[in-house]
Amino acid sequence: MALLARLLSLAVLLALWQGVSAYAEMRSLPAPSAVLAFILREARGGDLLFNVGVTLARVAVSFVIAMSLGVLLGIALGRSRLADRLLDTPLLVVLNTPALVITVLAYVWLGLNETAAIVAVALNKLPNVAVIMREGARGLDPGLEEMATTYRFDRRTWIAHVLMPQLQPFMVAAARSGISLAWKIVLVVELLGRPNGVGFAINYYFTLFDVTAVIGYSLVFMSVMLAIDALLLQPLDAHVRRWR
Amino acid sequence: MSAAGADPAPLLTLRVDRKVYRKARTEAVEAVRGLAFSLHAGEITCLIGPSGAGKTTTLRILLGLDRDFEGAVTPAPERAGIAMVFQDPRLLPWRTIEQNVRLGLPRERRGRDLDGLFASLGLGPWRGHFPGALSLGMQRRVALARALALEPRILVLDEPFVSLDDAAAAGLRGLVVDAVNRSGTCVLMVTHNVAEAIEIADRLLLVTPRPARLLASEPLDRRRSERDRAWIDATRRILATRYPDIVAP
Repeated sequence: MALLARLLSLAVLLALWQGVSAYAEMRSLPAPSAVLAFILREARGGDLLFNVGVTLARVAVSFVIAMSLGVLLGIALGRSRLADRLLDTPLLVVLNTPALVITVLAYVWLGLNETAAIVAVALNKLPNVAVIMREGARGLDPGLEEMATTYRFDRRTWIAHVLMPQLQPFMVAAARSGISLAWKIVLVVELLGRPNGVGFAINYYFTLFDVTAVIGYSLVFMSVMLAIDALLLQPLDAHVRRWR
Repeated sequence: MSAAGADPAPLLTLRVDRKVYRKARTEAVEAVRGLAFSLHAGEITCLIGPSGAGKTTTLRILLGLDRDFEGAVTPAPERAGIAMVFQDPRLLPWRTIEQNVRLGLPRERRGRDLDGLFASLGLGPWRGHFPGALSLGMQRRVALARALALEPRILVLDEPFVSLDDAAAAGLRGLVVDAVNRSGTCVLMVTHNVAEAIEIADRLLLVTPRPARLLASEPLDRRRSERDRAWIDATRRILATRYPDIVAP
């Protein structure tokens, strides 16, 4: 039923698009069929796969970096009042720095290279993860801590069976919000300083004023990211909540 | 039946001269002032006092969860062989019943055979379930199983039968008594239910309202199997005349 409603709304949206594009000028709003034709053409040429692959790799690497550092930082902030006092201000500063500024500075300081691009994406996402994880680490159940102390849980047991299960829902939430953030930022990063990737391709077609190509690329990349969320992160979410 | 003092070496001796809670911006609260007792093998001791009298504070000190007090616990809590059943069962909701019980054991004993224990507590069919699927009474049984699996020298229970229906409470009470009879475990139980304490205890420790002070230590010499309704009521009336502030008539 839910799936049917989703498909229905998607079909209505497509029909609306097709209808409007018939009246609008071809160059500013191409028909869905024209976009599909572009996607197929670009896919046959190999450019689509290459650019999407390159961008996905950047998202993946910076995602892993931001998640692992952000989780550690967030736990430290949630568990230690001193760490929280020392790092709260820098965290707020980075959290409120526009993605564009972080990206430009990364390119200026590290050069127009792959490292700078990945650092820029990771740095944009990291404070977000840290803040979510801090909330998780602050909310640990004191009753279970006392239980773990009286039953003298060793460190490994405590981490695996008391700490991590309480943090898992926060980690999944951070991952899900983080991946959508990362893929939006990675396009800007590519547009500003990389010679390939979806962001580069969109910029290239923008200079040619090829709206069909811009929409085509963004649709494909969006579908890939939605698929990752639906096929990977949502099942993970359901798995960590299975005991509820 | 071992009267206090007749036993040569107690399993544990607790002495709290003073325990004060100090929090920023609020007045200091004195929770305990002069509370001392010893625990002996094979004996059920019940700590009785009004709600908020500092009984839970005393337990926290005994368990080593609170070390900010004037007094001493000998031997140190981590060496005394204590297993605890908390009032709220404090199971790990994301682990199965069986995992909860095994995780309470030191790593090298986690693989031990627990079939007998699960069967004796009626938990056999529930081993693979998560705690959320069980009633409070059953969750308390799991908490008791976790404590008994350790084969402790001292079993500590904090209001273990509160908010259970009579049948569930009686069932759980029977299981505790069985454990004592079988393995000579020493039991310390905190409760405010006097009738319940009279039914199973070898000794009652009566505690005053806050700050908690030991008011009296009352041994109960009748065999547990011979304690009927009439005897329990009579004992309760005697205690009520002697300690009207603690025991309701």
